[in-house]
Amino acid sequence: MNNDKFILGGKEFDSRFILGSGKYSMELIKAAVENAGAQIITLAVRRTNTKASENILDFIPDNVTLLPNTSGARDAKEAVRIARMSRELGCGNFVKIEIMKDSKYLLPDNNETIKATEILAKEGFVVLPYMYPDLYAARALQDAGAAAVMPLASPIGSNKGLATKEFIQILIDEIDLPIIVDAGIGRPSQACEAMEMGCAAVMANTAIATAGNIPLMASAFKNAIEAGRAGYLAGLGRVLERGAAASDPLTGFLRD
Amino acid sequence: MIKINGERIETEELPLLAYLLEHGYNPKRIAVECNEEIIPKSAYDTCILRDGDVIEIVGLVGGG
Repeated sequence: MNNDKFILGGKEFDSRFILGSGKYSMELIKAAVENAGAQIITLAVRRTNTKASENILDFIPDNVTLLPNTSGARDAKEAVRIARMSRELGCGNFVKIEIMKDSKYLLPDNNETIKATEILAKEGFVVLPYMYPDLYAARALQDAGAAAVMPLASPIGSNKGLATKEFIQILIDEIDLPIIVDAGIGRPSQACEAMEMGCAAVMANTAIATAGNIPLMASAFKNAIEAGRAGYLAGLGRVLERGAAASDPLTGFLRD
Repeated sequence: MIKINGERIETEELPLLAYLLEHGYNPKRIAVECNEEIIPKSAYDTCILRDGDVIEIVGLVGGG
């Protein structure tokens, strides 16, 4: 397991847990990052004023890779603008494309996401598109130069788990890029299941931020993701179509 | 009139760096866009905002 590195955008990571930084109080962000063992943290770009006394970057360890998202973008053009601003902010060249017009279900617009991916990949960004798990869209994202594909498990912030499981499995089987499940993972067991399926990493925010004990939940997710990864690498045992198969020797107890 | 983060400022001309420092911005922690084009940090001290310019000053916040 020690040499099982997660390679993304030419960088090597030991952790396969991408942590979102939304909805926390500043004091808890650091504890969440540390307990999650996360090496990639997502952030958002917004209008700023100088009245806010705290800056989130003061609470994120220096060795963590920043992954700004383009939330708030309604089309490819806006996402490209936000990505360029994030690079100017000193975030490096990683960007998570997030484009949504729908404010009720917050579902990503795959078509606009493909357009933005193509433009930003050409500009040298490591593009990680958040998307609705559709095989054709995932292929188009791959052709457009995406560094990974980030299908949603269920609607953002819902904590409902792997509602799209079958379709994510298709992407894992057919797309030659890391598949990172993003959005909707609500419990450690769901993160573990995604990793067992062969996802390269799991992204979570709300599940941790809305937990009763944030540092403990961050640590539970870390363990679950590691367990799921190990399970995937080990190769899951077979499932019987029907019937049973004894695990004990098939001789009677103290009988011939 | 110059518009900065949605706020109208009634002036013809405004040196960008002076505005940023006067308002307490840390240039390292922001990105500035003028009429939807990024102003590189290296150009802050020579950039003069003009009448009609639309400026966005952004920073990083928590997000998923």
